[in-house]
Amino acid sequence: MTCDIILAGVGGQGVLSIAAIIAGAALDEGLQVRQSEVHGMAQRGGAVSAHLRISDRHIACDLVPSGGADMILSMEPVESLRYLSFLKPGGVIVTAAEPFVNIPDYPDLAPLIKAIESQPRSRVVAAAELAKKAGSARAVNMVMVGAASSFIPVASASMEARIAKLFAAKEASLVEVNLKAFASGRAFAADGRAFAAEA
Amino acid sequence: MGSDDVVLLADEAIALGAVHAGLGAAYGYPGTPSTEILEYLIALYEKGRGPRAAWCANEKTAYEEALGASFAGKRALVTMKHVGLNVAADPFVNSALVAIKGGLVLAIADDPGMHSSQDEQDSRFYAQFAGVPCLEPTSQQEAYEMTREAFDLSERFQLPVMVRITTRLAHSRSGVKPREPRAENPLGKCADKAAWTLLPANGRRRYDRLCKIQGELEAWSAASAWNPVAAGAGAADFVVVTGGLGRNYYEENLGDLEARLGKGKLPARLHVGAYPLPEAKIRELAAGTKRILVIEEGSPFIERAIRGVLPSGVAVSGKLDGALPRIGELNPDNVRQAMGLPPRPAAPLAPPPLPGRPPQLCQGCPHADSYQAVAKALEGLPSTLVTADIGCYALGALPPFSVPEALVCMGASISMAVGAAEAGYENVVGFIGDSTFLHSGMTGLVDAVSREVAVTIVILDNSIVAMTGGQKTMLPSARIEEIVRGIGVEPAHVAVIDPSPSQAARNAELFRREIAHRGVSVVIARRECLEAIKAKKKSAARETAAKGACK
Repeated sequence: MTCDIILAGVGGQGVLSIAAIIAGAALDEGLQVRQSEVHGMAQRGGAVSAHLRISDRHIACDLVPSGGADMILSMEPVESLRYLSFLKPGGVIVTAAEPFVNIPDYPDLAPLIKAIESQPRSRVVAAAELAKKAGSARAVNMVMVGAASSFIPVASASMEARIAKLFAAKEASLVEVNLKAFASGRAFAADGRAFAAEA
Repeated sequence: MGSDDVVLLADEAIALGAVHAGLGAAYGYPGTPSTEILEYLIALYEKGRGPRAAWCANEKTAYEEALGASFAGKRALVTMKHVGLNVAADPFVNSALVAIKGGLVLAIADDPGMHSSQDEQDSRFYAQFAGVPCLEPTSQQEAYEMTREAFDLSERFQLPVMVRITTRLAHSRSGVKPREPRAENPLGKCADKAAWTLLPANGRRRYDRLCKIQGELEAWSAASAWNPVAAGAGAADFVVVTGGLGRNYYEENLGDLEARLGKGKLPARLHVGAYPLPEAKIRELAAGTKRILVIEEGSPFIERAIRGVLPSGVAVSGKLDGALPRIGELNPDNVRQAMGLPPRPAAPLAPPPLPGRPPQLCQGCPHADSYQAVAKALEGLPSTLVTADIGCYALGALPPFSVPEALVCMGASISMAVGAAEAGYENVVGFIGDSTFLHSGMTGLVDAVSREVAVTIVILDNSIVAMTGGQKTMLPSARIEEIVRGIGVEPAHVAVIDPSPSQAARNAELFRREIAHRGVSVVIARRECLEAIKAKKKSAARETAAKGACK
């Protein structure tokens, strides 16, 4: 079993905290993990991506090859499409619906979302709304972990345990909110709707 | 993964390897992708669980402090990014001549592809130039093991040893199995004073020794397990040499190569993880083959050397004949192509045209206000020229600011401004950060003052080393004015301003006046980095929470 994920977003959106939860959960299940990150200049409001590779076998390199990603997990729409050449046939795109606009030429949202939804397998997640409902606008990242979770061969309980551990270290009250965010993202993405490829 | 494994960036694995090797001290200057090595050690030191670890004014002082610790008998680590070694080249090259006492290891991170750098120079050339061994890990575990071995090697050969990594490994996490730590060396300086006093007579003796020991280094490298050979079988009409991450990308595609050539029928391969190059192994590998494919991360270092090692008639293929791209990083795809494999099938998706999203100054960054004020001040002036330096504010060279016209290396903004003014430009401004000023800007200011050159230097003081993740500046902000005055800039032309939108008109006016001054002006634009403020708030909140928990 291998699962290669491209995490995409804009510097400062917390792409690495998502990677840390998924990678930690995979490690807890005894799997091999390699997680490539971006530090330095690119973090300053630019497009960033991280490569996360999970396997039950030795992982040769830190980077996912083109046409090798099982999933693109993005914090916002434009970035979800930037790395399409990495997606494996049958791979899934999971992205937050809300745009991160810090450039003057950000495209119109409606056609952009349509372009994402017309890809064979994709989920556009109303992450900000779900996070707010869960109790904190800042729980967007955990909504996205939840939305991605049903497409990753790691038990959701393992991810929940990691989330609980991460937030317990910060503030106990955050644990419940973030677990709720995770659950709502998971329910949203795994609601049984057909993908475009199947429709 | 076993239960004793720790998940580490390769940078952190180097740090842990050094601690477990009995590290006595660690020094460095922050620079992507090397920064996390020393961050890890400083965190340990601050918790009282590790030896002295500190950021230094620049890479040269860092290297020399490590060299001093080594002379005193302690094992010392020094860390920097590739271009940092240009700054530390003097102590590095000459430290190969002394009789290293406590193991001295230089952990250096190269940045092929220039993710966060101005060039992609390959540090292996420096190791070769200085005549010292170099180890290059390809995994987090190797980063740990090689760092440990590097300290042993350093004491065995009485030479500094380089551990070279590249961006993708430096910033990738995986599990590491640590081993039993070794104790620290006792304090005790090297008794052989002549071996450390590089007067010409001693230098000649030591250089002779350095040249003579090269044979021993080659014998060690030839026998090293870091340079493994995998025998070939079957019909492959080429052999392979991998170096650095080239190995990993080769192995990523090995299954497909085997499917193509037949089960078990793979080309022979040498992986080079330890330098000097194992030349005899290369000759053996190449015997009877027509073509040798070299896949190495960085410059065509092995490839060029092999051209000299092998008899003619063997084609050497790699970055010089176009089999692999000459610049930028290797990846699973370009290595796959060099292996003669077709591209993997990708999803047949057509993305709409997307806008680019380059890095930029944070919303509300004080540097933006400084650039705008200077741009306003220069408006309509003839004979203007603006230089800048290395740091977040380098992003001011991009739209919407586009103010700096030249940006080369740490400290160059001031010295280049001096040269340009003396060449004849009249209204010359140089931008430099507070940390960069302390790193290597001060000496340029000495030149400017000594010749009363008409330049305006803007020190962007955000009270932090922002680009590399918010390290503390070496000296408190207030000290910068004292340094500037101490160097001899006239007090009337040293100004401290608040680069805030509300002060925009005033600041532009002040810049206009100072630019008109026919001598050295220094304007210190002081406002705290937004990231630093955020980090402070976060840590204050954590402290409050921790106090609450104790009640």
